[in-house]
Amino acid sequence: MQSSRPYIISLLVLLLCTVGAWFLNISLGSVNIPFGEVLTVLFSSEAENSNWQYIIMEYRIPKALTSVLAGSGLAVSGMLMQTMFRNPLAGPYVLGLSSGASLGVALVLMGASLFGGLAGSVLFSSWGLVLASSLGSLLVLLAVMLASVRLKDTMAILIIGLMFASLSSAVVSVLAYFSPAAQLQQYVFWSYGSVGDLSWTELGVLSIFWTSGIAIALFSIKNLNSLLLGEQYARSLGMNIGRNRALLIISTSLLAGSITAFAGPIAFVGLAVPHLIRQVVPGNDHKILLPAVIFGGAILMLLCDIVAQLPGSEHTLPINAITSLVGAPVVIWLLVRKRKFIF
Amino acid sequence: MVASDIDIDVAEGELTAVIGINGVGKSTFLRTISGIQPALSGRILINAEAREDIPPQQLAKLISLVLTEQPLSKNLSVAELVALGRQPYTNWIGTLSAEDRKMVKNALALVNIEDLQNKKCYELSDGQLQKVLIARALAQDTKMMILDEPTSHLDMYHKAQVLKLLKQLSNQTGKAIIFATHEINLALQLCDKIILMKPGEVIQGVPKQLIQKGHFESIFPSDLIVFDPETETFRIKT
Repeated sequence: MQSSRPYIISLLVLLLCTVGAWFLNISLGSVNIPFGEVLTVLFSSEAENSNWQYIIMEYRIPKALTSVLAGSGLAVSGMLMQTMFRNPLAGPYVLGLSSGASLGVALVLMGASLFGGLAGSVLFSSWGLVLASSLGSLLVLLAVMLASVRLKDTMAILIIGLMFASLSSAVVSVLAYFSPAAQLQQYVFWSYGSVGDLSWTELGVLSIFWTSGIAIALFSIKNLNSLLLGEQYARSLGMNIGRNRALLIISTSLLAGSITAFAGPIAFVGLAVPHLIRQVVPGNDHKILLPAVIFGGAILMLLCDIVAQLPGSEHTLPINAITSLVGAPVVIWLLVRKRKFIF
Repeated sequence: MVASDIDIDVAEGELTAVIGINGVGKSTFLRTISGIQPALSGRILINAEAREDIPPQQLAKLISLVLTEQPLSKNLSVAELVALGRQPYTNWIGTLSAEDRKMVKNALALVNIEDLQNKKCYELSDGQLQKVLIARALAQDTKMMILDEPTSHLDMYHKAQVLKLLKQLSNQTGKAIIFATHEINLALQLCDKIILMKPGEVIQGVPKQLIQKGHFESIFPSDLIVFDPETETFRIKT
């Protein structure tokens, strides 16, 4: 009912922060490149030092773009799940997507020794892990979808998702127990997550998934707002609960599934960003929340990636750990300060 | 044992209470009429059209609901919550037109909660929240409003206040208002019509008539409380 101006200002500020974080992300890294040169490469694409040009065009820009897509996609799917399940603790992975992906990857990496050379040939092509993780997610997703058709209760879907997560992590543990150290290490590295390994082609594929997922979310805005009243009111407002539920699950799977396939499981972003954004942007209208959460996810991911790169050093920390290390204290601080956590 | 063979009709501008013992099927009955639950059997006609044949979008413009204990977001402001009543009329992204804003304003005014509109729902008392939910249903601009135990968490004063409000709304807006309640005493004083649900039998009528015919004596098992037709109240058996 209030005028839309304060929202527009919040969104503009978030947009500017995203752009700022993006430039910062590109100019910082293990090789020290002066900011002026970064701009030269970006806007005229000819630098004095061809190494710098290569680093920026082939490494840093794809990495920054991946961060933007991964952060925003996970954050949006987190928001969708929180609204759908009416549960502030829901995130993109409540449907068991990341555990499905982990299972797929674990089967390929660690199962190879158990099942022989069949998987081995596909395994080390760059698409091997992507394929395995997508298939794993898809499998779990189909199971959850089948269950959701039969179940009237949304909460039951949440529990089924969690059960699938437990099941697949149990299988992963068994596989890990019997695996040689080298394969185990490979799996552990995958589970650290990484936004830095994508080629331009892979980035293209990821962005197609991202766009379709976000488009579905965009068309669900009105129904998401109805869901703020609970499912029964939403139904009485003319909403088709079943169809809407299916759309939200598909959108989340497209986003979180593809991101997990390309960048590994990235914890925390999807759960935390919607909460952080609710502290910054007033109101509950998903018209405002959706773009705000997209920007918020991108900002958090870009900043976490900067920290993970440890600018100036040769080491790179696992992004999956950094997102939690940076994000969790922020949420705790915000909640303690506000003393209120109302969803 | 639940009520069966329900054959009732309601008209515009009437306030109707649905009364019956716990578990007799009041909520099921109201949810079935409103379309959030499929009918176990039988037919429901709205303006002589079968309810199943009315698409949900259309039904949302005919019947509005007030439910209790829904997991609604308490972070919504009163204005936001009432505005959600306009969902059946807004475009694909839910933008409020000038007409929508006017309807929201009217709804807030009818329930007399304009001063609450910028409050968040978690700041409201139970009685205030109930009024906000009624305002949301009013904003939905339907011929019929259905309420499931709208007074269940309220103290006696606020129970009376909410029911009085419903009476006044049915007069002012010409809506058919049906609500399930356990407040038999208040319902007898305020309602135009009462639907009594008993196991195996449903009776509909004007309060005075129902009392005269002695229908209230048999709503509850007679071992604990009895209906006193003189005072039109239930009393504990001594």
